This record gives sequence, structure tokens and C-alpha cells, in this order.
Amino acid sequence: MSIFVNSDTKVVYQGLTGSQGRYYGMLNRDYGTNVVAGTNPRKAGTDVEGVPVFANCTEAVAATGANASCIFIPAPGVFAAVMDAAEAGIEFVACITEGVPAHDEARFFNMLKRDYPHVRLLGPNCPGIITPGECNIGITAGHIAKPGGPVGIVSRSGTLTYQALYELQQKDIGVTTCVGIGGDPVPGTSFIDCLDAFEADPDTKAVMMIGEIGGSAEEEAAAFIKHHMSKPVSSYIAGVTAPPGKKMGHAGAIVSGGKGTAAAKMDALRDAGVRVGLNPTEAGELMAEIVAGL
Amino acid sequence: MAGLSFLALRHQRSIRYLMRSAPMLPAVDLFEYQGKQFFKGYGMPVSDGEVAFSVDEAVAAAERLGTPVMVKAQVHTGGRGKAGGVKFAASVDDVQNHASNILGLDINGHIVRRLWIEKASDISEEYYASFTLDRSAKKHLGMLSAEGGVEIETVAAENPDAISKVLVDPAEGLTEEAARAWVEGANLNPAATDQAVEILRKLYVAYTEGDADLVEINPLILTPEGRVHVLDAKVTLDANAVFRHDDYAQYDETQPRDEREEAAHAKGLQYVGLAGSVGVIANGAGLAMSTVDVVNQVGGKPANFLDIGGGANAQVMANALEVINNDPDVRAIFINIFGGITRGEEVANGIIGALDAVDIEAPIVLRLDGTNAAEGREILAPHLNEKLVMEPTMLDAARRAVAMAAA
Repeated sequence: MSIFVNSDTKVVYQGLTGSQGRYYGMLNRDYGTNVVAGTNPRKAGTDVEGVPVFANCTEAVAATGANASCIFIPAPGVFAAVMDAAEAGIEFVACITEGVPAHDEARFFNMLKRDYPHVRLLGPNCPGIITPGECNIGITAGHIAKPGGPVGIVSRSGTLTYQALYELQQKDIGVTTCVGIGGDPVPGTSFIDCLDAFEADPDTKAVMMIGEIGGSAEEEAAAFIKHHMSKPVSSYIAGVTAPPGKKMGHAGAIVSGGKGTAAAKMDALRDAGVRVGLNPTEAGELMAEIVAGL
Repeated sequence: MAGLSFLALRHQRSIRYLMRSAPMLPAVDLFEYQGKQFFKGYGMPVSDGEVAFSVDEAVAAAERLGTPVMVKAQVHTGGRGKAGGVKFAASVDDVQNHASNILGLDINGHIVRRLWIEKASDISEEYYASFTLDRSAKKHLGMLSAEGGVEIETVAAENPDAISKVLVDPAEGLTEEAARAWVEGANLNPAATDQAVEILRKLYVAYTEGDADLVEINPLILTPEGRVHVLDAKVTLDANAVFRHDDYAQYDETQPRDEREEAAHAKGLQYVGLAGSVGVIANGAGLAMSTVDVVNQVGGKPANFLDIGGGANAQVMANALEVINNDPDVRAIFINIFGGITRGEEVANGIIGALDAVDIEAPIVLRLDGTNAAEGREILAPHLNEKLVMEPTMLDAARRAVAMAAA
């Protein structure tokens, strides 16, 4: 079992004909992901190494039955790409693109919620998602993930996601699904969405959560863990020693209240019973202890 | 951490940089006068004024505008008034006097290099207004208070009911009805209501169409004649939106950066200057933050945060080493690379290429892990010496770098 994606997931790559889309699309296919289509309105009817290219997601879905998309479109086109996927009836959209304006993110997040509530958006600015051995969507290096569980990973940081996978692989611990939610101001999928899904997944027995300073997503996750999770969690928050200061002027400081520092996040997580490491290695060791005790 | 508080300027910028995800551009802070020009472009009422870089220019501006005027320091920090950076000038002589006092003034570590000379306004009431993103609600938050002109944090702490809030769904926008209800909830002088609604709806348009992270007016004033008017402006723009705003380039030019940050910016590197002696290079923002963490945890002081992104190729590595090499405080360099898609061999060859291209003074400690790390380490092995050492883990490498920096 896994969360969000598995061996039945069929993926259309929006921007497959670009250099990044082609490179990672083909890597994902080599991994075993069902890469069924690409989109590019100017190159409809062509193919990328045998993968057919369509003008838009609606045509791609009609022809291939795609039920997920992966966006490698440059930032100015991401808003339209997200809405294209949603209009096509796609239910899982992973947006890898970085540098998307925050106002675009806020708009498409709320438009999806209002008009396409069944769509799960991951990202933007995220490494993607991998269910090891079944489906890898995005830029995660598949071979550093050991299939099979019992650990689920959710992370806000790209390279630290890899680090977490690697720490577990070195300890011969398998992963059900690893979700990189990205660190942008309005992430489509939150820590809580993933924690909730991992709690419901019978094969996931424990969860590793990698956070960063800023915002209050980790504090909200801690509250969720405290009240709604039975499975053990280990965590690491990057930016423990980042110098303190204001964030976004006065208004930003008020929105965040006392939240946002690594210390506040770690306190909230510890209070929820989470085992918190001071660096990624320590978080991996804590998870190894948890797994040994399962 | 309290001991680092003297670095207020860098801290404020670095924390905000770090708090956004990377790799990305820092946010762009506007000076007050730029913010007012930005607001004016969206039809909001601001005072006439001119920028001055010298006392003579300030005097000439005041003569053109006609006294009385305000002489206002233009710096990217709050507390200007308390620091003596904002003065009323009844006459041109006053302007001369105040301008010469304010230019060169140090306000929270910011040296005043430019002034805004603006026609003075009579004030009967001062309000506060802002929009920013509420990350928890994933909606825009508008705040309005009849208690303006003071630090809004104080109002929020002591009298939170004095702040009227509105959450705006970004998919719907701010309707006239919602804006009116919001304004009525703030208990402004009734004479101000209609104009405030109009100005705040324009402020919302400026915030969204202008791609701002923050727009803030403090104070928004009511004059004795009954006009509502924008008397101050704080605007932070989202640098990710630069592709649809040609005017961002002029604001980017006026961002305060130290020499190291300027050099890194010119090379397109994600760099934040800190005050320590261990130069840090890592691939990925999370790992770079994590590297700063471990250097601190083993008793060292990082000189910087530098994220070279996922690829870690020779040119980017050479650029990064050059920037760090030019920092006279750096005594040791910690390169922390985790290969994901990028394989260890490529990373190793990148580092060797960079070392050939740049003459590095400080010793380098390298940690290379992840995909094909063993192959990468093998490539590097013949190049190791007392100036280039390798350690197997992040913690070991941090300890070694800190020891070398202290030697």
C-alpha cells in the first residue's frame, strides 16, 4: 500500500517536450512509472521517445486514461497548466516548477478548492512523490529509496527529502511513500494532508517529517499529530540556528505570532510526542529506533 | 542567539530569505517613496514629493514644492521617527538643517543615503492598513485599525479588538460589501468611511496585481479638511513575479547588499552573509540551512548561507568558491553535497574543475554523500591534501571545518 500514487497511476507530463520535462519524464519512465502522455499545444501529434504529445490535458486524458499529471512548465505558465489539468478531470497534480508567484499559487489553490475539490495538487516547487518500486513522479532519485515500508516520509525541503530517504536506505528501512510538499507560501498539499493519509494507510507504521523554519505548518502538523495520529513520528526542522528576526514587516509578524522559529516548531512537535532530531542523521537514527520497536 | 542581535540588518534579511523556499530570489523591499509611487500608479492619494541625495538637492526640492515639508530618511527599516530620521521643516532653512543631520545617520545599522522631501499634511486622525498572505488560511488577510501611527504589534498585543480583519479569498477578490463591512468594523471616523473603502479596494488591487508580499500604510490619515490620505508606504514585492513587472528592475537596484552579497547576486547565487568564519556551500536550501545548523551545533560560526542548487556543476561551484574566497573573515570552507539525481562522479569532477579555476586560500572540508558517493570519493582521493580534506558525515565534516577555522 501507499498514499496518493501507486503502480496504477498513469501520468501525463505537462511540458514533456522541454529539457527538464523530457529528462525527468524519461527517468521516471525508466523507474517504472506509467508515463502515458505529454502536453504541448505547439507539438501535438508528435512524441517524445514514444510517449505521445497532446495539445492539452483533456485530449491526453481522453486518449490515454491519464489520472495524474506532473508539471514542468516554466513559472509564467503554471497557473494555466494547473487549471488545464483540473479541467481534464485529473485527480493528482504534482507541480515541480519553482519560482511561481505567490499570488498565482493563492489563486489556483482556492480555485481548485472551489471548482475542483477532488483534485490533489502537490507543490509547486517540490521534488514530487515516490512510492518506491511502483511510481516515481518528479525529480527524486529513485534508487535511494528502498521499497516496501514501514515508513512514510513527508518533507518541505527537496535535498533534505533525499537525505531522509538515504538515511533510511542506509539503515535498510523501507518507505511506503515519500512526499515532497515543497516550501512555497501556498503548498497545494500540506503536512496534515499527508499525515492523515499515512495514518489511514495500513502499510505505513511510522512517519518521518522534515520541516523548515517559517510559517506555521509544522505547528499545525504537531496539533494534528497530538489529536489524530496513533502512529509514531520522528522529525527534523532545518534552520534551528538561523538568526531570529522579523519576517515580512509588521503584518507578517502578527500573522505568525510567536510561531515560525525552529525552536517553537520543535517544542510543538515534542509536545505532540514526536521524536525530534537536531540534524537529519539524528532524525534517521530516531526513526531506526522507532522501527526497531514496532 | 541573543548575542547575534547586533546584526539586525543581516538577520532581518536573512531570516526572510531563509523563510521562503529556495532556490529563489529574495523579496524586494521598496523605499517609502518607491512604495508611494507604486501606490500612486494604482490611483491612491499620496503627497507630492521629490527624492534628494544631498542637502542641496533637498533644499532645491523644498523650494519647488513649497514649505512646509517633511524631510524623511529613506531606509529599509522601521523606527525612523524615533531615530530622528523624520522631521518637519517649516522653512527652507529648516530643510537645510534637517537634511544635513539626517543624511549619513545610522538607523538600526542602515546608513541614510537618500531623503524624501514631501509636502507636509495636517493630521487629525491616524489609521493603520495592510494586506498580506495568511499562510494558515491560504487567503489574503487585510488588517485595519483606528489606532495607526504606532507599532501595530503593540496594538495587536495590548488591544487586539482594535484591529479589524478581513480574509479575502484570492479566487473571489475583495468585494465592495466586504470592504465596507471591514472598514465599519474598525470604527474609523464616519467621515473617513467612504474614502477608506475606496482606498483599501485600490490597495488590494495594488497588492494582487502588483504581486506584493506585503502592502502596509501606517499611517493612513484623515486630514482636518476630511480627506483620507496615504502618509507612509511599506511595500515588499515577490521577486518571483519579476517576469510580468518590468519596473522591478529599478527596485532591485536599490536593495541594500553588503559587498559579498552583491558579488554573489551578480553571479546568480543564493547567498546570505552571516558573521562567522566557516564558509558554507551546500546543494539545496534545506541542506544549506541544515549545514548552517550543524556548524553552529558543533561550536562554530557560519560565515554565510550559500545554496548552489541541485546540479553542483563545475562553473557554479567555482562561482561559489570565488565568492567565499573573497570574504576575508572565512578561515575554513565546508562543502556539503548530497547527490540525488546528480551523481557523485559529476560532483567530484565539478569540485576538481572549480579548484583548478579558483585559487582558494582557506582549507576546504568536503562531505560527499548520496548517489555514487563512493565513486566520487575515489575520483577526489588523489587530490586530497592539507588544504582539501574529506569527512564521511555532515557532523564529522562540520567539526573538522570548525577546528580548522579556529586553528
